[in-house]
Amino acid sequence: MASTVGVIFSSINEENVPELTKVRSIGSIPYGGRYRLVDFALSNMVNSGITTVGMITKSNYQSLMDHLGSGKDWDLARKEGGLILLPPYSDETETLYKNRLEALKSTTSFLKKAKEDFVVIADSDAVYKLDYSRVIDFHVKNNADITMVYHEHEVKQSHYYITFDTDSTGRITELDINPTSGGVKKNYINLMVARTSFILDLIQNAIQRGFKSFGRDILSPGVNTLKMYGYKYDGYYANIDSLASYFKANTDLFDKNIRNEIFGDRDVYTKVNDSAPAKFASTAKVTNSLVSDGCLIEGTVENSILFRGVKIGKGTIVKNCILMTDNIIGENCNLAYVVSDKNSVIRDNRVLAGCEAQPYFINKGSLI
Amino acid sequence: MLRKKECVAMLLAGGQGSRLYALTSNIAKPAVAFGAKYRIIDFPLSNCINSGIDTVGVLTQYQPLVLNEYVGNGQPWDLDRTFGGVHILSPYEAKKDTSWYKGTANAIYQNIRFMKMYDPEYVLILSGDHIYKMDYDKMLAAHKETKADCTIACMQVPMEEASRFGILNTNKDGSIYEFEEKPKKPKSNLASMGIYIFTAEKLFKYLELDEADRDSEKDFGKNVLPAMLKAGEKMFSYKFEGYWKDVGTITSLWEANMDLLGMVPNFELRDQNRVIHSRSPLALPAFVEGEVLNSIVATGGDIEGKVVNSVIGTNCVIEKGAEVNDCVLMGNITVKAGAKLNYAIIDEEVEIGENAIVGAPISEAVKVESKTSGIAVLGRGITVKKNGKVSAGEIVDKNV
Repeated sequence: MASTVGVIFSSINEENVPELTKVRSIGSIPYGGRYRLVDFALSNMVNSGITTVGMITKSNYQSLMDHLGSGKDWDLARKEGGLILLPPYSDETETLYKNRLEALKSTTSFLKKAKEDFVVIADSDAVYKLDYSRVIDFHVKNNADITMVYHEHEVKQSHYYITFDTDSTGRITELDINPTSGGVKKNYINLMVARTSFILDLIQNAIQRGFKSFGRDILSPGVNTLKMYGYKYDGYYANIDSLASYFKANTDLFDKNIRNEIFGDRDVYTKVNDSAPAKFASTAKVTNSLVSDGCLIEGTVENSILFRGVKIGKGTIVKNCILMTDNIIGENCNLAYVVSDKNSVIRDNRVLAGCEAQPYFINKGSLI
Repeated sequence: MLRKKECVAMLLAGGQGSRLYALTSNIAKPAVAFGAKYRIIDFPLSNCINSGIDTVGVLTQYQPLVLNEYVGNGQPWDLDRTFGGVHILSPYEAKKDTSWYKGTANAIYQNIRFMKMYDPEYVLILSGDHIYKMDYDKMLAAHKETKADCTIACMQVPMEEASRFGILNTNKDGSIYEFEEKPKKPKSNLASMGIYIFTAEKLFKYLELDEADRDSEKDFGKNVLPAMLKAGEKMFSYKFEGYWKDVGTITSLWEANMDLLGMVPNFELRDQNRVIHSRSPLALPAFVEGEVLNSIVATGGDIEGKVVNSVIGTNCVIEKGAEVNDCVLMGNITVKAGAKLNYAIIDEEVEIGENAIVGAPISEAVKVESKTSGIAVLGRGITVKKNGKVSAGEIVDKNV
């Protein structure tokens, strides 16, 4: 494919899931028993042949750094390129970036150094699989300035979002920020492709004019002044924009077709840990669940996702739960619709329940 | 700059492992899968790094492809180093004396130059077919304390099994006065574990001498160790207490896998202090829909059937209605609906067709006359067709 560099926002839209981003970047949210959300955008890049990726960070990125390390688990520990963390840049007049456009400024020196012709800019709050080289081909074929990837689904009106319309060639004819009308629309999934030089000019121009919003100041007027195209992604797409959608995206993995689509023919790379295989006692009863290495199960588990090192005590019943790494659940507990962050301990005989729309959330390292 | 390593480990991984039959048709014994997500070589390699030894030569000869690929640059064991690290040492061609490794001692002899690159004071010799966790650093401390020329790790075995091992006869202070290789009438039950620490210069000296001896079989147990003892070198035993198992036979391999099961297993892999590292595959956590009892399961599986007292490796698919009892499934195995597996070891990449029957329930199988105490063995990559049958104790290395 054409030479391409990747840029990932690891720390944007965090206000959507305050529970899970209290202690980490959005890209570092644990998912599916062993992954972090950033693994999907990052693996998509690697599987598309991209070997240089800049990772824009903000605050609380220790967890993310711990996960990514040198990038070797993604084959991105390279002499040339590889994974490059782009920590927040500030000078005497500015503090931490407040929006997407300011964040993008921190990529300037990274992009200037890059020899690659194209850049893919992605968020890290979604689970999906897409070969970005197809988007690049589409971009080149249309000789576009910007190609924006969309997914068609019902508009969720609770957050900042962009929808657009295209003509039959895919050119964007109308772009709406937070439209008030609902229904199924072409939702921009915060994934764009452009020439590297174009993005650099764009950033420079934005700085000079004092632009504040990528959507309002660049994309919206761009419909008339730039060649903007929409690329349709029609595979599985789960955007994590609330605790409920986080819960749903995890439990979607009980569907074999979705598992195969996301994890089937191409690897999703992630940090590798060496835990012993999962152990099932003769009292264990496990149905419709994902069980990771290091788990020790003596109780009953249904429709749940157990991350690495989770222990389920005797007589305990866990239904519709997401239990992150090293959760210790005592004996004779009853848990339903619980999302428990890492390293929490639930003592014997506890009864905890949430519901599908509002799972009961337990903070990292709690003792209950 | 002074570049040296205090202790270099040499891992003998060249053996064919003929008593594992179909399991080692195409791969070296140390590369045989173990405990759902490991290979045998993970144990000595992890023990090395957990003991502070970061320079390991792996001597390969027999069917090294899978082993070489698996060890790679050593990264899973933190053995990718700028100086030291893990090195695969295959037999090589020289100006004179091009040859295969002719015995354990000859294999090490041929790699004297490798060891000397690190200017070591001590050399640790290891086998690639044992399952155990051991702190070699403690053994090295004992070696230094006794000022021995050679220290041999040993453990007590039941007297009736002693004649299968190299037996050490020792004085009260632990020094060795006699070494008997597989004696008919053992005088003690202290069995050598095949783990030796040599003071490097002594090792080099006796390897040279052994190489020059035309009558020698070039074997540590039979030649080098007795020669050192005869010459009056200081040789000490180092008693190891803990789990250790030679997995050179089908029965012992099955037993060692079963030793991982249970809430209080004979061999515990879960403790976080001395982690056994492995090249972990990238796969989703296991999806479990069926009934899994008293078993361990690695990642990537899709378990919808019934699994009891078994070890299930990476990426195994066990369909609804299939039953797996007392089995070791190594990895990438598909068991189709209705198939019944009992008391068997199934190698990687095997497919078992619908309603096929493999092995027999353990109580019946053990009565069957066979080389494997009744364990059915299916070799790598084979297919058992729909309604196919493999009897208890049968060893299968082609499609049935």
